[in-house]
Amino acid sequence: MPATAESTIDARADDLIAEFSLFDGWMGRYEHLIDLGREIPEIAEAYKNDAHRIEGCQSKVWVRAEPGENGRLRLTGDSNAAITRGLVALLIRVLDDQPPEAVVTVELGFLGEIGMDEHLSPTRKNGLHAMVRQIKERAAALA
Amino acid sequence: MEATRPKQEAVLDADYDVEAVRAAFPALQQDLYDDQPLVYLDNAATTQKPQAVIDRLTGYYTRENANVHRGVHFLSQQASDAYEAVRERMADFIGAPEAGGRPAHEQIVYTRGTTEAINLVAATWGRAELQEGDEVLLSQMEHHSNIVPWQRICEETGAQIKIIPVTDRGELVFEAFEKRLSERTKLVAVTHVSNALGTINPVEEIVRAAHEAGAKVLVDGAQSVPHLPVDVEALGADFFCFSGHKMYGPTGIGVLYGRRRLLDAMPPYQGGGDMIDEVSFEDTTYAEVPHKFEAGTPNISSVIALGAAAAWLKEQGRPRVRRHEKALLEYATERVREIDDIRLVGTAREKASVLSFLLGDVHPYDAGTVLDRMGVAVRTGHHCAQPLMEHFSIPGTVRASLACYNDRSDVDRLVEGLRKVRRMFG
Repeated sequence: MPATAESTIDARADDLIAEFSLFDGWMGRYEHLIDLGREIPEIAEAYKNDAHRIEGCQSKVWVRAEPGENGRLRLTGDSNAAITRGLVALLIRVLDDQPPEAVVTVELGFLGEIGMDEHLSPTRKNGLHAMVRQIKERAAALA
Repeated sequence: MEATRPKQEAVLDADYDVEAVRAAFPALQQDLYDDQPLVYLDNAATTQKPQAVIDRLTGYYTRENANVHRGVHFLSQQASDAYEAVRERMADFIGAPEAGGRPAHEQIVYTRGTTEAINLVAATWGRAELQEGDEVLLSQMEHHSNIVPWQRICEETGAQIKIIPVTDRGELVFEAFEKRLSERTKLVAVTHVSNALGTINPVEEIVRAAHEAGAKVLVDGAQSVPHLPVDVEALGADFFCFSGHKMYGPTGIGVLYGRRRLLDAMPPYQGGGDMIDEVSFEDTTYAEVPHKFEAGTPNISSVIALGAAAAWLKEQGRPRVRRHEKALLEYATERVREIDDIRLVGTAREKASVLSFLLGDVHPYDAGTVLDRMGVAVRTGHHCAQPLMEHFSIPGTVRASLACYNDRSDVDRLVEGLRKVRRMFG
């Protein structure tokens, strides 16, 4: 279900919560996360550079936040690990094509509600925390 | 679901009651994520602690806490005695020899861990002994903590680092080592057991060749002391370093063993209380070894609990622990090999504890995350040995590392987890 410009961050997060609630166990949720990761378009090799690389991850993660149409944030990203790529996909689902002002202050409580709270800790080596920080910094620069 | 563990189908060593050993570790008796019994296979990072060690630590703080070496009062005297008695136990634990009529335990220096022990030698012995034109010989399989301190001191002194290469099995190339040895070599710093591959290095032969060339040898024993009976006199090492927390003891404590005449000649490490003889603003004289290397109030509680850990491990019988772990590592290697697309990294003929591998194209982080969700704790990544990963042209591995309390059911759970990983990412 493609995100539309009309849907707010909260509405899209609610969509994800509803989607993940279809799975009972952790394995189903992880498999769905991995599937979501498979669906995001690969970012161009040219953008897989240090400027877009997220530090502090065991896997390689790149996130690119650029100005898109109507001043909205255009978010793309990639990782060489499937679970991390799934986490990138979640952020894209919720934050791509949103006003930068809304992204700057975003809270990602929905990750807990879809059973991915174990990825939220800043000490976890998946870089989710660093990804969100970088996206917010970029959004702040564009807001 | 209750945490249930299948009974052992076959006893690996009739002499060794792994169930009883395991029962001594409260942390192993728990479920993760509500219903996944913990399978702890990250022992090369740190081991769990037996009740005896936990009790010693809490007992010290409950009844015995006092600063050491300075007080005239009962508790201070008692703490000082306990603190110093552990030195003797640790000397015995690694077979430190008497030296020049002085007792063995005076060569036991307490540090924060292996890393600090190596840094201490680099900053004192290294700074005093190394100069331009000298060489420090390291192996390609060293942990970063046995690389970076030498890089720093070489930068400062103008000495150079040379590398002993490894084979594709993960064994040192001995001929290359001998070829790199020369009168320029002042130190060979090498790990006893590789933390990333499990390779047991032929330290005795390395020491013999190094000594013939006039070089000193520092051995990183962080990964050997928990798994092998260690005798530093037989090894012939000039310096031997290890950590408490990888041998069932507390974090923040480790040991540097050094030959007496080397320690005597080395300048102090840090300045402060406890390491001095007399202080005036004009001149300060330093305490004798080992105290001249132990400035400030030490980690008293951890030293005392480290003594309890050494006693506990000795009680289990270190040769018996070795036999059990060796048989279990063989079993684990066989079982993991059954999985399609598995690539073992590190297949040395002599190994301890560690099984490092890659599963097809699955990123180690993905494998580790799914295993974790099944209650199986492993390590993923480069294991602080990036030069070694570079040799194998890989970014990292999944590493399962065994300890005395692991058994076949742990290995079976790992294998079951890996099969699930394959299904999810295949």
